[in-house]
Amino acid sequence: MTVVDAARPGSRKGRRPWRRPQNDGWRELVTPEGVDLRLKIGAFSERCGAFIIDLFIMLAVLVAISLVLALVSWRTQWSFTGDVATILWLLGFFLLRNFYFIGFELRAGAATPGKRALGLRVAARDGGRLTANAVFARNALRELEIFLPASFLFARGLGVDAGLIALGAIWSGVFLLFPLFNQDRLRLGDLAAGTMVVKAPRRVLRPDLAGPAVGAAIGPTFTEAQLDAYGIKELHALEEVLRRADRRTVAQVADRIRKKIAWDGPLDLSDKAFLSAYYAALRARLETGLLFGRRKADKFDRPPTG
Amino acid sequence: MAELQLKSHRFRDEREADWRRLEALLARVEKGGARKLKRDELVEMPVLYRQALSSLSVARAISLDQELTAYLESLCTRAYFFVYGVRARPLERLADFLVRDLPKAVQALWRETLVSAALTVAGTISAYLLVRRDPDWFYSFIPGQLAEGREPTATTAFLKQTLYDRGDTHHSLATLATFLFTHNSQVALFAFALGFALCLPTAGLMLMNGCMLGAFLALFVSHGLGVQATGWLMIHGVTELSAVTLAGAAGFSIGWAVAFPGDKRRIDAATDAGRRAATVMGGVILMLFVAGLLEGFARQLITNDVARLSVAAATAVAWGLYYYGPRTRRPS
Repeated sequence: MTVVDAARPGSRKGRRPWRRPQNDGWRELVTPEGVDLRLKIGAFSERCGAFIIDLFIMLAVLVAISLVLALVSWRTQWSFTGDVATILWLLGFFLLRNFYFIGFELRAGAATPGKRALGLRVAARDGGRLTANAVFARNALRELEIFLPASFLFARGLGVDAGLIALGAIWSGVFLLFPLFNQDRLRLGDLAAGTMVVKAPRRVLRPDLAGPAVGAAIGPTFTEAQLDAYGIKELHALEEVLRRADRRTVAQVADRIRKKIAWDGPLDLSDKAFLSAYYAALRARLETGLLFGRRKADKFDRPPTG
Repeated sequence: MAELQLKSHRFRDEREADWRRLEALLARVEKGGARKLKRDELVEMPVLYRQALSSLSVARAISLDQELTAYLESLCTRAYFFVYGVRARPLERLADFLVRDLPKAVQALWRETLVSAALTVAGTISAYLLVRRDPDWFYSFIPGQLAEGREPTATTAFLKQTLYDRGDTHHSLATLATFLFTHNSQVALFAFALGFALCLPTAGLMLMNGCMLGAFLALFVSHGLGVQATGWLMIHGVTELSAVTLAGAAGFSIGWAVAFPGDKRRIDAATDAGRRAATVMGGVILMLFVAGLLEGFARQLITNDVARLSVAAATAVAWGLYYYGPRTRRPS
């Protein structure tokens, strides 16, 4: 079992793509070079958050434009500038409402400021280029998804009118909540344009936890039996604990590992130093196993022999 | 276990500088596009991208450092989007769009355009007949603020004056043009977007649009101002009505693809129709811009009926030739 898994470079954590549950938010994207980039679909909550940020930015810009124009036409007191101001305001509002999203998504980053803040971007669903037509289509349908329900929200009526407005709100609400009912969290606009919104966060590369500094500074050594107590899954959990560096968690985890592997080395070693050393040693052992085609997925897996 | 350096760590050490370099280039590109890069940097980019990609494959096979694989995945994804992303220059794209994409997309929608036009005409005729028989119908078709006093109870003199009014009582011409343009564009976008709801709302919108036209015409005809009103409406109306008709056609094409996808998967059918319809909508916005100019300026400045009607006819011929006229085929 383990050998088969290790032979597949694409399968991280020993999981095979076809065994992956369908609705886990990951999508395959195989580049022309044949590497699967494994994209994460942007969650509905994140997309709402991004939209709200964008909405606030648009509102702020609109208020700023209005203030500046009002100020200018008030200062100059010409009837001529008043006209120009009105035209600029109308055009500004129109451009903002319709081309804020289109303009930003056509740029190299393919994301509005809100999307960028949440690490999202727009991508073509087939992995190809994101065309201008697609960006236009996905944003033209925003009209239907956001502004139609909003107009029902602000509509007022009595009797039959009220009933009709309520029905209209429900009907248009379907479009608003559409992303919740499909796996790729597609809006109607995404559906019509052949796009999807994926996570593409900028990550900084943090230092390696098993760098030479760790290995050289402390000298505790572990026996093979002690290192065989855990597998890759636990290694990754340990990495997260060390990265987060929460004192209480580190102490608890160190305690548990000491007990499990029957640690009899120096007791004056701090929890953090102990865990770092154990992490480095465990990773060295598991990676050596990988190079020989043995992948120990977790602590229940057969220990790598040799 | 005195192995001082892990293989995966050495692997990282040897390549990290290249990754950082790619990251720095990407940061600049994402801020300002490919123009920010010098020539040799642009050449360097795909090389660095492929290096990072091969690093990712190796890292997945030999390294158990989650941080490293996650970083490389994000780096490669960003670089992928740049290397295989949109590259055409804006002006080139615009020219391409105007010369080739737009007329082609409009021609492909000829069926939907006919339906949309037929609905508008049906609305016009029925509203015209209804208002001619009973002027009270007028109020059900035209909202009050749009009528601005042009009602069945108005006098002929007043109606005549509205036709040749230079408009400077309320707004200056330019303001009016801008307002009309933004308003009409929003309506057209709405007609397009509503098509997704299985065509019906778009059909309703087309009918309503026709009804308003018919009601206005009926009102003026009943006062013996038929020709004058036609000139007043059509000087920009030819452009505007064609734009709205096309917007409706774009909406229909999407709704139809969603309802009856044919051999394709529903989602693929919607995508194909959506992209073509979006192209048409780009043209619609352009037409509405022209219509706004005609309505705001030309209509107020030209007050001669014959001149108005000839401008209308000229625009009709121009748009017809642009969209459906024969053109020399360019080698693609």
